[in-house]
This record gives sequence, C-alpha cells and structure tokens, in this order.
Amino acid sequence: MSLDINKIREDFPILKRQVNGKPLAYFDNGATTQKPQSVIDAITRCYTETNSNIHRGVHKLSEESTEAFEDARRTVQAFINAEYSQEVIFTSGTTGSINAVAFSFGEQYIKEGDEIIISAMEHHANIVPWQMMCERKRAKLKVIPFDDDGVLLLDEYEKLLNDKTRIVAVTQVSNSLGTVNPIKTIIDKAHQHGIPVLIDGAQGIQHQKVDVQALDCDFYVFSGHKIYGPTGIGVLYGKEKWLNAMPPYQGGGDMVQCVTFEKTSYNDLPFKFEAGTLNYIGATGLSAAIKYVNKIGLENIEVQEQQLLQYATSKLKQIEGLRIYGNAPEKGPIISFLLGNIHPYDTGMVLDKMGIAIRTGTHCSQPVMDIFKIEGTARASFTFYNTKEEIDRLVDGLVKVQQMFG
Amino acid sequence: MESINELQEEIIDEFALYDDWMEKYNYLIELSKDLLPIDPKHKSGENLIKGCQSRVWLNGELVGGKVVFTADSDAIITKGIVALLVRVLSNRTPDEILNAELYFIDRIGLKENLSPTRANGLVSMVKQMRMYALAYKTKMEQNN
Repeated sequence: MSLDINKIREDFPILKRQVNGKPLAYFDNGATTQKPQSVIDAITRCYTETNSNIHRGVHKLSEESTEAFEDARRTVQAFINAEYSQEVIFTSGTTGSINAVAFSFGEQYIKEGDEIIISAMEHHANIVPWQMMCERKRAKLKVIPFDDDGVLLLDEYEKLLNDKTRIVAVTQVSNSLGTVNPIKTIIDKAHQHGIPVLIDGAQGIQHQKVDVQALDCDFYVFSGHKIYGPTGIGVLYGKEKWLNAMPPYQGGGDMVQCVTFEKTSYNDLPFKFEAGTLNYIGATGLSAAIKYVNKIGLENIEVQEQQLLQYATSKLKQIEGLRIYGNAPEKGPIISFLLGNIHPYDTGMVLDKMGIAIRTGTHCSQPVMDIFKIEGTARASFTFYNTKEEIDRLVDGLVKVQQMFG
Repeated sequence: MESINELQEEIIDEFALYDDWMEKYNYLIELSKDLLPIDPKHKSGENLIKGCQSRVWLNGELVGGKVVFTADSDAIITKGIVALLVRVLSNRTPDEILNAELYFIDRIGLKENLSPTRANGLVSMVKQMRMYALAYKTKMEQNN
C-alpha cells in the first residue's frame, strides 16, 4: 500500500509551521520525531480527565490512571512481541534503560578482568554507562570496528568473543552513519558462547518491525520520543530470567514489597525496576504513538522511508564535492555528509534560514568522527512524513551553501 | 580611538545596510576573511574553546596596558562573529573589557549565534575574553 503523505502530514500539526518565513522542512528526526495529534490529544486527556498517581490510590481516578499505564505496557509488549508484559519496564528513555542494565547486570555478573563488547559506532549513551561499569568493576571494554562504508566487521567481532565476555551491547541502527547492523547474526554468535546481548533500538524501533522473541535478544531498549511519542518515557525490555536475577537499579516507592529499617524486600517484575512515580502520562502518550504507527503500518513506513533515502542519496550524490559518511548496503533513513571543505555548522546555519532543519556536529558519537578524522558532519534524517519536494529543497539549499562558502 | 559603544553603534549601522539574512551572512563571510590571522603557536589546545558545533581559538596578550586579542574559528559564520568581537574588545584596557555590555550582536539580528544552546564556542569566547581582562587587571594591580 502506498501512503497518502499529504493526508498523513495533516496528522502532525507542527509540520504546518513556518520557520524564518519558509515552510518547515524537518530533517532532524533522528534527534526527535514530531508528534501526531492523537498523541497530543492522549496526553491532554490524561491531564484534563484522569490524572492521578498510579498503583497507589483506592479511588476511581487512580484506578483509571493505573489501568491506562498498564494498558500502555501491554501495547508495548504486543508491539515488540515480548512473551510477558512484566518484561517491559518503563524508564526515562534509551539512556535510562542502558544505565539500568549496565548497573544492575554489572552488580550481579561482572568481576575484575571480565569483558564487555560494544561497537565503534555506538551513541555515547551506549558507551559511557559501560565505561562507568568497567571502571567500577575493573572490567574491560572491547570494541567491534567497522569498515570505510560503516559496516561492522563481523570477523573481528567473533575474535573478540571469548570466555571472559559477559555481555554484548550494540546498536540496531547507527545514529551517525545510518548503518543497519545484522543484529540477528550478532545475537546468535554471542549466544553460541552463552553471552547475552543488549540491542540499542533508539534508531531502529521506528523504522522496522521488531520482534524480540524472533531476535532472541536479551535486552532491547528504545525511547518514546523517537517514535512519535513524548519525551521522558522509554522502554527497557529484558528477558524475565535476567530481570529476575538482577538487583534493582534505583530504590524508592513502588519497587518494594516490605520496608523495615533492618531489611527491604523487593517487589516482583516489572515494579522492581520502576522506583518512584513514573512518567505514567508519558507512557500513555507512547501507547497512543504506537497505536498510530500500527494504524499506518510499519511495513508501509519502511517502504516510504527507504524510497526517500534512495531519492535523497542519489540527489545528494549529484552535488559536486559532497561526501556521504556511511555507505552500508543496508541503511536507515539517515544521511551524514560534508560539503567540500565547508564546515557543517555553516551548512546548518544557512539551511536553517531557508526553513530546513538538519543536525550538525558529532551526533553524540565522537568516536565515529575520530575514526573518520573529522570534527563532525551535517546529518539529514528522514521519516515517512517527509516528501521528495522537501528533499529537493534540501538539495537546492546545499547548492546555495556551496555558492556562499565555496 | 572610539569607545566600545561607539564601535558597537558603528557595527549596527553597517549591518543596517543589509535587508535579508543572506546579505548579512555574506558580510560575515567577508569579515571572516579580514580577521588578522592568529599566530600558529597560539592555535593550540590550550587556547581552544571547544563547542560541539564549531571550534574557536583565542589568545590575549597585554601590550602597553591594553589587552590585544587574536582569534580564529573553523566555521566561517562563527569566524565572522569572532572578527566582530575582536574588533570591539581588542586593544582595550582590562577595565573597559570588564565593564563592556555587548548589545550589538542582538541588535544586528545574530542573537541566536551568541546563545549558550548553540555550543559554537562564542559564548565561552566572550567569557574567556573577560577572563583574560580580569587576569591582566590583577597582574597590573600587583605590579603597582
């Protein structure tokens, strides 16, 4: 089915905005996506009709609020095909989820000399929590390299796997290069050694169908705001056996069964990992976002985004002196590039004046920039509500940038 | 020599000639080319102000009771604004620099460039210029 993009754009109020006197062309979807009216309405409804703290009260509002929150958990469970709803933990986002695993898994399983494997194309959020854990436990961080096109070297990965490896944490899609990693292969190879795998789905969940049981990943994490939901809510999926064995990450309300000054016993899953008042309204917003995505159909979204990616890639390649960083055969709708010797900041500043929003800088992936020996890139990241006309505007804008700075 | 505020007014007048952003940016590109080059030995890690978006190098020296700044940036628009800041604040006494209120950036419509959220190094550059002024002021007072 081909999507009616004009109709879809009507669902996103912000896309009607003018920026610097021009219609907004929003190509910063990798940083955050815009929200459909249904998500905005769901959040407004929570505050105007049902707001009350969850899992606490005996009263009607609290019951409704709790039910909406637990319904959101079941929506996420079905969306990623988790076996049990208690395997879905709500967090503040991808960063919160990875920090929770790095801490709790580290406390339970990591000792001096153990090894953690990540890849060279990780976002800082999938580097720093592991580094902190390694410092705490005197463990070592091992890094899977990638080639000039931005493809992970699986032979090198296999060489890193050994009897000291305790966990592998890799991204599904690189936020700076766009590479779609062969996560099923990465998971299977780790499992051959009995090693669990965490997948950072921050740039994956919104672009393709994810089935955590088919993948057999041990942890899968993502953020609500990158899949058309609100900020401040995210998901940590973990296999029940791991989550049960790991100690809680944070202490507080809701995560306990019984508290005395001598000893506290912890609540069951998922509550053990949900200390304090959670962003329950964010969870309802995320649930509305997932329902919206389900209505459009992820398979339709993927087709549309791949068409945009191909169109944009071929158009950008026609611009003389433009270099694309990340040329993997399988890519998400992300294009990192540099225009001759022009600084990406200059590129972004001029495009902004034309109403075109891109990202510039290191994209929280400084090691990737170091590998390519560059200071940063300009990045256009698309989603299904973008159009070919907007991409044409981007190309025209870049030609203008070249005229100004070339 | 004009006062800091006279210079700020002068710059505001210069920019008033340009109606749209494109002309303003083209003027900044021209200004960036006129910025006196920083001595390569001062373009060091020590003098680097690292923003996420662009980098700025700044060196300040005390010459005859006045602070002389030289600076550079790897992004051209940033460098154009660096040139304006150097034009306004270089070759001034530490007190003049410390008492200066910079309003011209706002008035010429480039406010977003001097916002802490931009991480282009310019906000830190202004802070660093004041730090130089403060350090030299202290040094001069000690010598007196």
